[in-house]
Amino acid sequence: MKALVAALGVWGLSIAAAAAQHPDACDVPGYLLFGDGELRRVTAAVKESQRLDILIIGTGSSTLTGPDGSLHAYPARLELTLAKRLPNVAVKVKTYTAGRQTAQVMANELRKTLAAEKPAVVVWQTGTIDAMRGVEPDAFATALNSGVEAIQAAGADVVLMNMQYSPRTETMIAVGPYAENMRWVAQQQGVPLFDRLGIMRHWSDTGAFDFYAATKAYSVAQQVHECIGRALAAQIIDAAQLGPMTAKVGP
Amino acid sequence: MPPIPTTERDLRLDLFRGLALWLIFLDHIPTNVVSWLTIRNYGFSDATEIFIFISGYTAAFVYGRAMNDRGFLVASARILRRAWQIYVAHIFLFAIYMAEIAYVASSFENPLYAEEMGVLDFLKQPDITIVEALLLKFKPVNMDVLPLYIVLLLLFPPILWLLQRAANLALGASVALYAVSWEFGWNLAAYPSGSWYFNPFAWQLLFVFGAWCALGGAERLSDVLRSRVTLGVALAYLLFAFAITLTWHIPSLGQFVPNWLGALIYPIDKTNLDVLRFAHFLALATVTVSFVSRDWPVLKSPFLRPAILCGQHSLEIFCLGVFLSFGAHFIMSEISAAVGMQVMLSISGVFVMVGAAALITWYKGVEGRSPGSRPKSADADLAGGEA
Repeated sequence: MKALVAALGVWGLSIAAAAAQHPDACDVPGYLLFGDGELRRVTAAVKESQRLDILIIGTGSSTLTGPDGSLHAYPARLELTLAKRLPNVAVKVKTYTAGRQTAQVMANELRKTLAAEKPAVVVWQTGTIDAMRGVEPDAFATALNSGVEAIQAAGADVVLMNMQYSPRTETMIAVGPYAENMRWVAQQQGVPLFDRLGIMRHWSDTGAFDFYAATKAYSVAQQVHECIGRALAAQIIDAAQLGPMTAKVGP
Repeated sequence: MPPIPTTERDLRLDLFRGLALWLIFLDHIPTNVVSWLTIRNYGFSDATEIFIFISGYTAAFVYGRAMNDRGFLVASARILRRAWQIYVAHIFLFAIYMAEIAYVASSFENPLYAEEMGVLDFLKQPDITIVEALLLKFKPVNMDVLPLYIVLLLLFPPILWLLQRAANLALGASVALYAVSWEFGWNLAAYPSGSWYFNPFAWQLLFVFGAWCALGGAERLSDVLRSRVTLGVALAYLLFAFAITLTWHIPSLGQFVPNWLGALIYPIDKTNLDVLRFAHFLALATVTVSFVSRDWPVLKSPFLRPAILCGQHSLEIFCLGVFLSFGAHFIMSEISAAVGMQVMLSISGVFVMVGAAALITWYKGVEGRSPGSRPKSADADLAGGEA
């Protein structure tokens, strides 16, 4: 048995070594982009007042721990990328994250938050906690719908963001039904979905990142967030038609 | 006079249950390129439907005969003993699952997944977790089929009794329960929240329908099944389902699905055995029986023998499959998740399942021949597959 496992290991390692590592290849193929999703309020805000206020509402995976964690997390990288890409626009990204909140709790919270903030677009990252707790998928979809409607009623565009691709926990967290519900709600409500799950899975397939790796280092997590921030910026620019085809689209 | 099921063993049941067990194993390995072969990617239903239907069919076949020969009480006792065996098997798998994830968790640290690791919090409160698992309320990912099977068997004695006396009434009651559970949202509660992934009130329809077919329903349907119109409708529906599933894999095709159609069919609810899934299974079964007849000589060929062997020992092979899928995930986590590894783990897993099934067959054969062993006739395995 030991010999078999060792043989497996050698074979597996040789395959892993053959898959070249491209840490900078965080391009996103076209089929994972927003598609026809539009961000009309973003377009209008940029045209009228040269401002772009973005509010990110999320849980633990919208931030990073460690030294200067929030500077390296995707919201900060999004702001930086947008500011570079849109030099004449005042870009501001605000982040509200609270760990361990289900979509239902967040939907209630964001009503209060939106009473104080007036963003052009809200990026709502959710789903992970609901999948971990096994919340009823129907109840999850209902919470998503009510949250999306509340954001739209407050006069902002919505971008939904789904879970991270986390292969190590795949036998522990069944994200499938929740990801499907998010896609379905996004389609029904006509709001764009930032398919973080699909995008990260793509990066895993191309060998850009090894998400199985057990590492305490922050550098990999920071690179992933850098890539997510850039991909999100590209998709917002694209959906709000803010650039002369600025979005970097793969084949 | 209750209908007496035919005594000749229908190898098709074993064959397709064996294949379903392979597919369930392949689907349970997360991130497995080989799972592109499995039927869930080409239509609405998947191997679970096949497994539950055939389990209902064989349960009625085996315990129906026991109920005829030995009476309600003895047959019920056998059914409950079977439910107990499955419960023990489930708890055994749970222990293996805990061992695997406790190891994976302790060896895994990555700041990117600080949030996801919160799922392991339940390891910190074994007092609650283990009790909830024993109550079948806490069910790890991919460990939902056996609890469903247990509940179905617990409810089976009165259903079987009714099926033998008024088969259509029993089927009607099953359909009514299905409809009522949809209407009122009935399901069993799960821990820490939500409800069962396979709603027993909905999935019983497939199990009872299988039992109904075993007790003469299939013969009553044979004219319908043989009609060219039925076959045409079934093929058309399979084609439609294939076209829809294609749009899941190639999102750019999604624009060809009109909004009204999307609003009509989505979401396709696996938990409550969506009508579209049930219909897809019926269509698959219709097409299958019209092309694979009961006395098809290939059924006795050595090529199909491995799958048939697996189907004849479904509980053991199912559990082994769940264990192997944990093992595959473990090796992928600790060594490599490359495509070559996925293919190799999938193929070797199926080989292990076949080897185990052959071993069980050999052992039962040896035990059956030796003096002083249990009489053969009481063994569900040898009477047309396990129930």
